[in-house]
Amino acid sequence: MAKIKMKKKSTSTDMTAMCDVAFLLLTFFILTATAKVPEAMPVDTPASTVQVKLPDSDLATITIGNVDGKDKVFFDLKGKDIRKRTLELMSEKYGVAFSDEDKEKFALMTDFGVPITSLKQIIDMKASDRVKANQPGVPMDSLDNQLKEWIYNARIANNEYNNSIGSKQELQIAIKGDAKEEYPVIKKVMDILQDQHINSFSLVTGLRGKDF
Amino acid sequence: MAELNTDSGGDKGGKVRSKKQNSKVDLTAMVDLAFLLITFFMLTTSLSKPQAMSLGLPDKDPKDKTADIKVDENRTMTVLLGDGDKMYFYMGIINSPMAPKGIPYGKDGIRKELLKRKKEVAAYTAAKGRPDQGMIVIIKPGKKSTYKNVVDILDEMAISSIPTYTIVNDFLPEEQKLLEGK
Repeated sequence: MAKIKMKKKSTSTDMTAMCDVAFLLLTFFILTATAKVPEAMPVDTPASTVQVKLPDSDLATITIGNVDGKDKVFFDLKGKDIRKRTLELMSEKYGVAFSDEDKEKFALMTDFGVPITSLKQIIDMKASDRVKANQPGVPMDSLDNQLKEWIYNARIANNEYNNSIGSKQELQIAIKGDAKEEYPVIKKVMDILQDQHINSFSLVTGLRGKDF
Repeated sequence: MAELNTDSGGDKGGKVRSKKQNSKVDLTAMVDLAFLLITFFMLTTSLSKPQAMSLGLPDKDPKDKTADIKVDENRTMTVLLGDGDKMYFYMGIINSPMAPKGIPYGKDGIRKELLKRKKEVAAYTAAKGRPDQGMIVIIKPGKKSTYKNVVDILDEMAISSIPTYTIVNDFLPEEQKLLEGK
C-alpha cells in the first residue's frame, strides 16, 4: 500500500513585496506631509459640523485670541511670493525699510502680531523664540489701523501674483477666533473686512458630530 | 521563519556538517511597523487641516443703502445671544405674539425649536401660495456673547438648513434690557 504523503505547507508568506509597497507609501506620505509650524498665539477654536476644509493658498488668516486679559489679533498669509510683496507694500506705506534678507525670512514665517515698526525684531528671532516673544498683536484701533492695511495690501499682492499666473482667484479671509473670545472683538474685525467690501469670509472651526 | 533550532548537536564524532543558512528574513514585524507609520501619516496629514465655515454678511456700505426691505413677520425668528451661554428667541415682532423665551443650545434646545418653527413657516407660506419663501432667522449676538456662541448658532442654521439667516447688530430697547438682565 502506497503511503499518501502529505505535503508540508509552509505557513509563512513572502512579505517582500508587501514590505516594498508599504515603505513606498510611507516614503510618499512622509515627503508630502508638511511640518507643523508653531503658531505665535495658539487659540482654541470652537467646533462645528461643517466639513469644508480651508484652502491651502490664497488665504489670509486673522487669529483673534485673548492673552492675559488682552485681546490680540495676529495676521497670517499663505504663499511666499505674496508675503514678500505684501511686506514691500507695507514698508512703502509706513516708511519702514526691510532688507532683502528680512523679506526672505518674512516669506518663510507664519503669523505675527506686532506693529510694523517692531516687525523687524520678530523677523530676526528664531521660530521657537517668536512664540515666547509675547507679541502685543497687530494694532487695529481707528487711530492706527494696521490690520486694515495688512489685509488691503495682501489683497493687492495676491491679485498681482494671480494675474501674473493667469488666475482670477481673490484672496480669501479666514477668521480664527478663540472660543471664549467675546463677540464685540470679532465684530470689530468683521467690520474692518466689511469696510473693504469683503462680505464673505470663513470662520475656522474644529470638527464635531451632530449630537451635542 | 521563526523555527526553533531542534538540533541537539549530540553526535560529536560525526562529520562536520556545514549548517544550511536560511536566506529568508522574517519581514512580518517590519511590514507591521511600516503600515502603522503609513496610517499615522495619512491621518495626520488629512485630518489636521482645520474646517472652515463660510459666512456671508449683507453689504453695509452707507452709500448704496437701499430702503429697508420689509419682510413678513410671520416668517422671522429672532435669536438673541446673551452672556453665560444664554439664548433667547421670539417669533415675529417682539412681545406680539410671544415674549422672548430662554432656550438652551444643542439638539434638545434650539434645534428642536428651529425645526418645529421651520415646519410652521413652511405651512404658512404654502398656504399663502408662496412655498419658495422659507424661514428667516435673525441672529443678534449681544455684547457679552462669545465667539463660540456665534459659531454654535451658525452651525445650528446649517444643521437645520435654514434658508435665510443673518447677523444683525442693532438691538431694540426691549432686547437690550433683556440681555442686560434687567
